[in-house]
Amino acid sequence: MKHLLSTADLDAATATEILDIATEMASVSGREIKKLPTLRGRTVVNLFYEDSTRTRISFEAAAKRLSADVINFSAKGSSVAKGESLKDTAWTLQAMGADAVVIRHPASGAPHRLAGWVSGSVLNAGDGTHEHPTQALLDAYTMRARMGRLDGLHVAIVGDVLHSRVARSNVLLLNTLGAKVTLVGPPTLVPTDLSSAVQVSYDLDAVLPQADVVMMLRVQRERMTDSYFPSAREYSRRYGLDGARLRRMPSHGIVMHPGPMNRGMEITPEVADSPRSTIVEQVTNGVSVRMACLYLLLGGRS
Amino acid sequence: MARPMTDESSDPAQQVPAQALSKIVLTAADVQRVVDRIAHQILEKTQGAGDVVLLGIATRGVPIARRLAERIRAFEGREVPVGTLDITLYRDDLRRNSIRAVGRTEEPPGGVDGRRVVLVDDVLFSGRTIRAALDALSDLGRPAAVQLAVLVDRGHRQLPIRADYVGKNIPTALSEQVKVRLQEIDGSDEVVLAAGVKDKQA
Repeated sequence: MKHLLSTADLDAATATEILDIATEMASVSGREIKKLPTLRGRTVVNLFYEDSTRTRISFEAAAKRLSADVINFSAKGSSVAKGESLKDTAWTLQAMGADAVVIRHPASGAPHRLAGWVSGSVLNAGDGTHEHPTQALLDAYTMRARMGRLDGLHVAIVGDVLHSRVARSNVLLLNTLGAKVTLVGPPTLVPTDLSSAVQVSYDLDAVLPQADVVMMLRVQRERMTDSYFPSAREYSRRYGLDGARLRRMPSHGIVMHPGPMNRGMEITPEVADSPRSTIVEQVTNGVSVRMACLYLLLGGRS
Repeated sequence: MARPMTDESSDPAQQVPAQALSKIVLTAADVQRVVDRIAHQILEKTQGAGDVVLLGIATRGVPIARRLAERIRAFEGREVPVGTLDITLYRDDLRRNSIRAVGRTEEPPGGVDGRRVVLVDDVLFSGRTIRAALDALSDLGRPAAVQLAVLVDRGHRQLPIRADYVGKNIPTALSEQVKVRLQEIDGSDEVVLAAGVKDKQA
């Protein structure tokens, strides 16, 4: 594996290998010395054209736990603010000898272009409304850790599916790993051209009793150029997850959210802070999963 | 001719061509005697194995460590904690090879701090695996002492490393391969010396 651009590129064996390696990486985080010498002397550049806290910090922690050198590059306050193009930035990174570039970009497909310009590995940390593969992998890891399996699991992805790169990456990966996915949201926010392997519902209350996992998506106001629903209150009445709805789920069911949350909009504090919510675990697991990805991309002969 | 040796098939007819170029250096009975002897030596050298922890290096060091613990229990009734150590992420040749799968590392119950850790491996060759194991071990904690037990020492050390307990010293040429087969992984116990073409840095 040279790049990690899309979960569509992962077959079941590779995805499972990433999750298995992540399990080993997780045990490192519980040790006295949380560090492995594996990527000593390698340089990982975090190239972030969009605001991000958890993903950037998570990649930084993952690279550092593997002993790689990390360079953080955010578009704000850099030559990008002076008008440098992605291609010129790529050449700069190339000249600095980056072994891997972790890129987040508002334009869908930017990581694919970058992969053609640099000799190192490219990891997609979120591109526009396209994909966010490491988020899908950490979600799959969290589901497997909590539920013990992925095959045959029923996952409901709820909310602003249309603008969600998390949803897209999850649908592709969960299909590969044998889980059943139902997309739930208002008709204006659920795409109609997704693969036939998913089901679509506009009624959250009907889906909840059969869902092993409910993944709540953030309502992405920054990507909404039209009015997709009448009001925030109406949205949260129909598609928000509150305590009453949580109790309609099977007793083993879990609630996930990729963060950052709009508390009171798509999820109530009661649900977000309940023991059935995996939101904090997802952040912890993110570091292990990203360590596994970095190892698979950079660990061997380059 | 390395191929028939790596074949996991247990059909004797398929192994016939290999017999010509390989010889059995330890039979199943020999392996058992050697493990018994190392268990006795550990008991003797550590005054009853009171503070001993066995750490098997993946893959084939793990079943040997379990057998040693089982023998020590049989001989003196003492329970010795057993752990496993996967050294893949500590190797010094990661960049030279394609990606390797990562195995399990399990700390022995009670950890390694202040204990006398006996690292267990199947073959001692260049010593690089043991160097990586020492690095991995120091990330798990701080043992009082570290010793090394191996089933076979085949020589050709590239680092200043020696074993405290050796099952059998086997003089080899660099081009030869030492194949350890164990019941738990390969279905039978046997150590074979084969004329290999591949220079495997075990």
